[in-house]
Amino acid sequence: MATYTTNQFKSGLKLMLDGEPYTIVENEFVKPGKGQAFNRVKVRNLKTGKVIDRTFKSGESVEAADVMETEMQYLYSDGEFFYFMDPASFEQHPAPPAAVGDAHKWLKEQDVCNVTLYNGEPLSVEPPPHVTLQVTQTDPGLKGDTSSGGSKPATLETGAVIQVPLFIQEGEVLKVDTRSGEYVSRAKD
Amino acid sequence: MNGGDWRPTARADVLARRARWLAEIRAFFADRHVLEVQTPVLAAAGVTDVHIDGMREAGSGRWLQTSPEYAMKRLLAAGVGDCYQIAPAFRAGEQGRWHNPEFTLLEWYRLGFDAPALMDEVSMLVDRILGPGHYHRDSYQGFFLAAGLPDPLTATADALQKAAAEATTSPPGGLDRSGLLDWLFSETVVPALPPRAFVTGFPAEQAVLARREAADPRVAARFELFCNGVELANGFDELTDPGELRGRLERDQQQRRTTERAVPGIDERLMAAMAHGLPACAGVALGLDRLFALAAGVDSIAEVMAFDWPHA
Repeated sequence: MATYTTNQFKSGLKLMLDGEPYTIVENEFVKPGKGQAFNRVKVRNLKTGKVIDRTFKSGESVEAADVMETEMQYLYSDGEFFYFMDPASFEQHPAPPAAVGDAHKWLKEQDVCNVTLYNGEPLSVEPPPHVTLQVTQTDPGLKGDTSSGGSKPATLETGAVIQVPLFIQEGEVLKVDTRSGEYVSRAKD
Repeated sequence: MNGGDWRPTARADVLARRARWLAEIRAFFADRHVLEVQTPVLAAAGVTDVHIDGMREAGSGRWLQTSPEYAMKRLLAAGVGDCYQIAPAFRAGEQGRWHNPEFTLLEWYRLGFDAPALMDEVSMLVDRILGPGHYHRDSYQGFFLAAGLPDPLTATADALQKAAAEATTSPPGGLDRSGLLDWLFSETVVPALPPRAFVTGFPAEQAVLARREAADPRVAARFELFCNGVELANGFDELTDPGELRGRLERDQQQRRTTERAVPGIDERLMAAMAHGLPACAGVALGLDRLFALAAGVDSIAEVMAFDWPHA
């Protein structure tokens, strides 16, 4: 069993606490001059996203979480699972909808995502920061309006609905920022 | 190391202010006829303090000082009189926003002073650097009770454990009674302290080098100053009885042995100096990097040090 001692603590380190995987968000060394030293840490539960405060005695060992972040290609969804492939081993990993979360709105086959594996199983999926998706439905815009403000909803091929400028037409391919969920530009081929 | 991080961790204007503050401190002591002294940084004996780990120089096996206390007490026993020192100090493993394994201590001793008189002088010095402020004084026990915690002098380990379980942060497992006191103090008492606060009358077991209060031997004549929740200074009415000190140091050694940590020998030159006679005095050590960080309005000591530990 791999362990870390508190002097290896830094943000991003993955720990097992009470049987759940956590990542360190913040770590502070606390020591009264003549007293016991502690590490005061903020940790985020990798399953629930909840952030909690914990303190450890400095020098204490904590079990490492078998958590690995890796790039994987999204293959397809069979309605029950989303399938990702490790591009090095060609091994396929089914991810349950809970692990994929909101990322499903941006997932297009072949796209490379950042997948967090916990004990070899996908725990969370982060889509690429930018994706290019086709508009499948939007109301016709005002002809000739290519610059002025104003926006309208558009449905993309993955089912996501985003706000786009009025001049965007059905069938166009757009670049979208997945972190903000916002339109960036028309995709240049 | 690729060398790309060669630049100082403090800005040039902060380093210039640091130099002015050091000059100000030297003037403060010159006005009071307190002698500036220098003692060796590397010494044959280390310290046995349970919670402080020294570092050793590999070639000679000598210890880098964790504070200049023992050498200065030898000077006091030899009759040097009131004295101060601005010295580097080294403590293994202490690294964070407010810690650096190598740091600068201002330590001074005043003959015939008791702890309250020395607290007055500490406030005057801190006022010179941070600007005038009000200093709240209360006992360790008083601050515990004000924070809604059990009485630290009488509560059982179970009662302290229960209080810790009710805090917003969860405590580590396996803390003994004194560990629980340290944890409650750091997590609950310190964050609630007034902006400038002297904590006095620490439990006697937390003050190896201090005299016990005659009125209540459960507490020691030890004080600490906290400014904005940062521990700045630690002072004592110095213990002058060598027999009593040897007993306490041996207990510390025993505790270090049971926790499988290095067990430095007792500094026999300090013991001999105390047998010769340490004059009645009070002494205090103040973390200068922390004081300067507060004065500069920054929130880590790295920003007032030319190069912090990771860049040294």
